[in-house]
Amino acid sequence: MADEPKEQQPSPVPAGDKPASSPAATPPAKPAAAAPPAATPPKPAAPVPPKAPVQLQTPLNNELVGRVRAKFGTALVEAIEDRKQAILTVECGKLAEVSQYLRDEEKFDLLSDLTAVDWPKREKRFDVVLNLYSFAKNERLRVKARAGDGEQVPSVAGVWPTANWLEREAFDMFGIVFAGHPNLTRILLPDEWQGYPLRKDYDIIEQDTSWVKENMGIESGQ
Amino acid sequence: MEFVKQYWAPLVCGLVIVGVLPLIVGYVVLVERKIMADMQARLGPMRVGPHGLLQPIADAVKLLIKEDIIPEDADKLVFWLAPVLSVAAALLAIAGLAIGPAFQIAKDVNIGILFVVGVSAMGIFGIVLGGWASNSHYSLIGALRSSAQLVSYETAAGMAMVCGLLFAGTLNITSIVQAQYDQGIWFGLLAPVAFFVYLVASIAETNRAPFDLPEAESELVAGYMTEFSGFRWSLYFLAEYTNMIVVASVATTLFLGGWLRPFPKTTWLSFIDFLPPLLMISVGVYCLIRTPKQPARVQQLFMLAVAGLCFAVALVLAAPVLLRTPYVNPSLAAAAKPFYEGIHGGFWFVFKVSAYIYFFMWLRFTLPRYRFDQLMRLGWHFLIPLSIINVLLIGIAMIAGQYFHLAGWSLLLTTIPASIIALIVALFILATEQKSEPQKAGGAAPDSYA
Amino acid sequence: MATDTTTDPRDKQQTLLGADELILNMGPQHPSTHGVLRVKLKLDGERVIGSECMIGYLHRGVEKIAEHRTYQQFAPYVDRMDYVAAVSNGLGYCEAIEKLLMVEAPPRAKVIRTILTELQRIASHLLWLGTHALDIGALTPLFYCFREREEILKIFEKYCGARLTTHAFRIGGLQYEAYDTLEKDVESFCKAFEPRIKDYEDLLTQNRIWLGRTKGVGILKAEDAIAMGATGPVLRASGVKWDIRKAMPYAAYDQYKFEIPVGTTGDTYDRYLVRMEEMRQSRLICLQAIENIPTGPIMAKVGKVLKPPPGEVYHSIEAPKGELGYYVISDGTVQPYRVRIRPPSFVNLQAFDKMARGHLVADVVAIIGTLDIVLGEVDR
Repeated sequence: MADEPKEQQPSPVPAGDKPASSPAATPPAKPAAAAPPAATPPKPAAPVPPKAPVQLQTPLNNELVGRVRAKFGTALVEAIEDRKQAILTVECGKLAEVSQYLRDEEKFDLLSDLTAVDWPKREKRFDVVLNLYSFAKNERLRVKARAGDGEQVPSVAGVWPTANWLEREAFDMFGIVFAGHPNLTRILLPDEWQGYPLRKDYDIIEQDTSWVKENMGIESGQ
Repeated sequence: MEFVKQYWAPLVCGLVIVGVLPLIVGYVVLVERKIMADMQARLGPMRVGPHGLLQPIADAVKLLIKEDIIPEDADKLVFWLAPVLSVAAALLAIAGLAIGPAFQIAKDVNIGILFVVGVSAMGIFGIVLGGWASNSHYSLIGALRSSAQLVSYETAAGMAMVCGLLFAGTLNITSIVQAQYDQGIWFGLLAPVAFFVYLVASIAETNRAPFDLPEAESELVAGYMTEFSGFRWSLYFLAEYTNMIVVASVATTLFLGGWLRPFPKTTWLSFIDFLPPLLMISVGVYCLIRTPKQPARVQQLFMLAVAGLCFAVALVLAAPVLLRTPYVNPSLAAAAKPFYEGIHGGFWFVFKVSAYIYFFMWLRFTLPRYRFDQLMRLGWHFLIPLSIINVLLIGIAMIAGQYFHLAGWSLLLTTIPASIIALIVALFILATEQKSEPQKAGGAAPDSYA
Repeated sequence: MATDTTTDPRDKQQTLLGADELILNMGPQHPSTHGVLRVKLKLDGERVIGSECMIGYLHRGVEKIAEHRTYQQFAPYVDRMDYVAAVSNGLGYCEAIEKLLMVEAPPRAKVIRTILTELQRIASHLLWLGTHALDIGALTPLFYCFREREEILKIFEKYCGARLTTHAFRIGGLQYEAYDTLEKDVESFCKAFEPRIKDYEDLLTQNRIWLGRTKGVGILKAEDAIAMGATGPVLRASGVKWDIRKAMPYAAYDQYKFEIPVGTTGDTYDRYLVRMEEMRQSRLICLQAIENIPTGPIMAKVGKVLKPPPGEVYHSIEAPKGELGYYVISDGTVQPYRVRIRPPSFVNLQAFDKMARGHLVADVVAIIGTLDIVLGEVDR
């Protein structure tokens, strides 16, 4: 947990400057435990003018985006490109249909990864992220869907059976319920565990103490 | 008392064997571990005693002082009885074997070979009861599988032995070897296919790799030995290695000429008699050469002692041979004959049994394991037809030999073609059976063994 | 060997069990599951009619830890996932962060990275071969494979001080310069390795028992493999010729000529052949690479404190086990916002159920072995 205190200063500046995407990525003062002892404020040699933050996410408008937009209209919420990787954001309810279309028509037949990200400050806090790959076109694509807490996300396990365990892991770590999943149970954590560890409000040393007490017979796993 | 007076010698021998055999088996295990290590580019046990020579003692002590765990609902009497049955059967079979013309505990049993094979088959009871007594249905299934394997390969082994017995004409062990001496040729050379079938069947008989699925570590089903720990397990272990020795001895007696040297009757090859002492001398010389290279003084002394022992054994081996040479007084030669037969016979017998067991070990470390259904298929679809056809054809060859007055080495003229035809027919049967069997996904086979 | 053979009444309620089904539990402690993997098999007599893999025994919360470490601090954690092939994990992570930072490692660093990664691929496949052969019953190849692996680990030790969890690479390049005899060591290893591969093949490839145990066992057809997301040798043995080193080259792979072995039927024997050939190809890459290591700096100009511009990146490499992917989101601070690791073994293990159905219980061990999973990676 090294050197945050020095870098807390330029917070207000980046906040206003990020149109297209995500999050309240203002570097919050990390409330996490193990806050290092308040370091002495750095002695600025000379006041450094805050640099304009590098904006690497640009809107994307290629043929693929055009076709998807033509077929799904407003379900395609946004299409951007970040560091030469294409990212489509779709409406949560239409995720399964868009996936089916992408697999069948656009030939993205390999689901490399399905995961989720938690942006607690946002209204729809979860981002379900699918990383796709097409063998025929040798191309990668990222598809995102925003889901709120408690909102059910349609499962894509029917489109790519790979998603079976990947969605179980997303459910296990984030608590996102995938509608239509054949067996949505916890996969990495014990079945009776309470809590969803990868959410941002789950502390790093937090644990399901009642499970630990009951099953391991000890006070705390720490 | 009469009984003791008459049979004191075999009784003493029997007691000595029961006492000494565990030690011998322990050293066979050490030899196996050393050979395994050699084939795997490592050294094996080196720590306990010089070059690990005290390892078997350490293992025996460890096994004896282990806690005796009995599963809760196990049948206690049967749990006690099962390993005892295995060991008893194996040790009893040793009694019937002959290491030399004079070294036999059960002397002149006229059903010699049948006795040995039958008694060692009783060991199967020990396996089944062991699986039963473990109170675990997977142990039981493992035990049943193991016994199914043993019984199937027993048939093939039996038919192979019948081949050898056709040449010998008798079941008496000493007479079988005597017949090989009279005919001047080992029966294994006369009937190589029978020897091959017996070799493979005996590997399966003793649950050795590649037929050791019922007791392999990485398989799911627990073998029959799982619930036995400490001394009980060591009894099973002892039974397994004793069975190996028994099976090797039977093969040696029947196919490899027992205690006869190679080419026993050809006098112009009598210089082979000098091979045993030469072998021991060369081992001794090797020890002498390695002595200065030993790092510590005590190790040098040890090597010198080993060399000395080799030379002493060489002397003992050479003496009867030297006395039998033409340059010596004939009466001395006659007096030396029993010594020659006994000592050299013992040497050759032990040498052949060791070579057979070395081959077992070699196979264990080289080949992967057969799956159970493949194992059963090999036994029933290949070995049994092969051995039965072989018996028929060898019988025909013998009759042809009698008709043409062939005997001894010249009998090869008929038996070799018979063996080749048998092999071809059996391979043909195997090939057609494999072609007709539909290739189901997963190499599926009907549950012929469950 | 602890196999729990009692049937848990809860099992009967959860799944559709007929009266004739048996549940056999290959418990988390088992000599052949290559880690703490629990497999529940539903058996009909001897045949597997269904299976369930229960993982998570080695879950250490690596992704959560990543959010509380800086980018450089997190790098050693990555080695501990696939602990058999730590160098590959490190390569993937460093390259992902370099993509995030929009920097590129200098050519010299790329070539040395390639050499070490290919050596690591050989080491990983050697371990796989030894343990797989051991499970099937061949006791000896294990020791031969470990003898070769020892040579590679010695090279790693000379390079970065560690044999197993190496942390060999840094974000932006390398920390350590190639030690003076690196090229000579790699060359002598490669020269000695070719006859050794031949040794293994002599022992196993044409062995009737090996063929009987691996041919036709655990077949995974190409469409199933793609649908289940299997990557790496599992996918290639099913007939799909795809290797990230050729499709989307990273490090210095575009400079070298090598083949991608492909199988036909997707059974265990094909996966064995594919991995053996991959070892040969890795050896060729190493030989090509050491002939011409460019001179120059080994570290790009990255600051001591890494604060990538906000955004995200997904970068994957061809690890020995399959496609190892890193999805990293940065929010402009020194600590990543989210690090997601796409573990090849996790996704490959999903295919286990499909591969094991219809086989005998004795084949299950062979199938687990052929998938080449490392539980550290499956569970993270």
